[in-house]
Amino acid sequence: MRRAFFEGSLFRESFPDIARGFLINVRIFLVAEAFILVFALVIAVLRSLPGPALFPVRLLAIAYTDFFRGVPTILVIYILGFGAPALELSGVPRSTLFWGVVSLVLVYSAYVAEVYRAGIDSVHPSQEAAARSLGLSRFKSLRFVILPQAVRRVLPPLLNDFIGLQKDSALVALLGTVEAFRQSQIDVAGNFNYTPYLATALLFVLLTIPLARLTDWLIARDQRRSRGRT
Amino acid sequence: MSAALRLEGVHQSYGREEVLRGIDLEVDEHGVVCLIGASGSGKSTLLRCVNLLEPINRGRIVVAEEEITARGVDVDRIRRSIGIVFQAFNLFPHMTVLRNVTLAPREVLRLPAQQARAEALELLGRFGLADKADDYPDRLSGGQQQRAAIVRALAMRPRIMLLDEVTSALDPELVGEVLGVIRELAASGMTMLIATHEMAFARDIADRVCFLHEGVILEQGPPERIFQAPEHPRTQQFLQRIIEAGRL
Repeated sequence: MRRAFFEGSLFRESFPDIARGFLINVRIFLVAEAFILVFALVIAVLRSLPGPALFPVRLLAIAYTDFFRGVPTILVIYILGFGAPALELSGVPRSTLFWGVVSLVLVYSAYVAEVYRAGIDSVHPSQEAAARSLGLSRFKSLRFVILPQAVRRVLPPLLNDFIGLQKDSALVALLGTVEAFRQSQIDVAGNFNYTPYLATALLFVLLTIPLARLTDWLIARDQRRSRGRT
Repeated sequence: MSAALRLEGVHQSYGREEVLRGIDLEVDEHGVVCLIGASGSGKSTLLRCVNLLEPINRGRIVVAEEEITARGVDVDRIRRSIGIVFQAFNLFPHMTVLRNVTLAPREVLRLPAQQARAEALELLGRFGLADKADDYPDRLSGGQQQRAAIVRALAMRPRIMLLDEVTSALDPELVGEVLGVIRELAASGMTMLIATHEMAFARDIADRVCFLHEGVILEQGPPERIFQAPEHPRTQQFLQRIIEAGRL
């Protein structure tokens, strides 16, 4: 048992390849995160638009979040990762890695949009009234007054979602991209030993810990602030 | 002289509850009109309607001969010339006092940063807040916050100021400094419509006092007449209660 999971020589041997694969994971989620932050914000803002005329827009945003929060991530990755390239349409990228990232962006944007929305809802309506009363447009009120306060409040849950995303970057392996997890599978299959999996796990955890501590620190800071205020 | 602000038969309701039931009111250029009346009589709603923060159901509101409640009016343009100060200050907590004051002049009036800053500092100085410019609002006392909110509204150079019970959220010892600021504004000729529970203040500062009751103006006139010889029994009753509470 000890040898099946903790084989030192195999660890040393497989680690460089896995680490190289892990760089692909890092790239996947860094790119995905950048798009998610923007895309989710757009969805959250669309959903918070007032007035009956914009009901269809709100409905669309709601349908989006409901759908992509409901469908298992792995299914989205399979459908887009294998389905989209198979269409062989001109102008549609064939790279499975591309579609893997698109899948992650679609799924995680649904979650992150909800986090943003919670933040927007938590800003008291009197703040918007004050901004609008000064002649600021709806857009500028959102940009200068509502969103800065909203994002500050939801930073911890936002980071929490990104920790999830870091882990789920391994799902792209299902499409054949040789990232850390796929590389470790290859190493495991070649040696009949699970040590490479543990090496991969170690890499993911090492990356998650700083982000988790940062989240803790932000929560603690917020609590200090709100205590200090009353 | 034409009125700076005129309300004609203004009706407003939240759902099925009618809050304003036909308000007719004029404020002259450089005039100060105080709205008095019990909580829930519609004072705040009336002010919010003038600032177009609440839509009205019927009637018209006219500012400087322009109907601001007409269809298709650019509300952002109207609001530039009408400042409002709220009971709860509503300063932006994530910005310094200076940034609170310069935000709208820069983003709406498109003033250059230097000019907006200079004008803001001058106003802050005038209202005794020069050394608070770089502080965040939660570092200020209630009175200082409310003065900052008044400065923020003034920085837009409004033609009319609406004050919505601006001293109601303050500790008693801080009321005076805010009322002092408003007196100074009145002396400088600012046109103001003021909802207030401070009767002595209203008596001093107002050209005209309006008594609101259940969404209508029951009685209006010069403060001496309203406070000393109210005609309507409701006004008498209201003032009697105020006197009994030791507030006049």
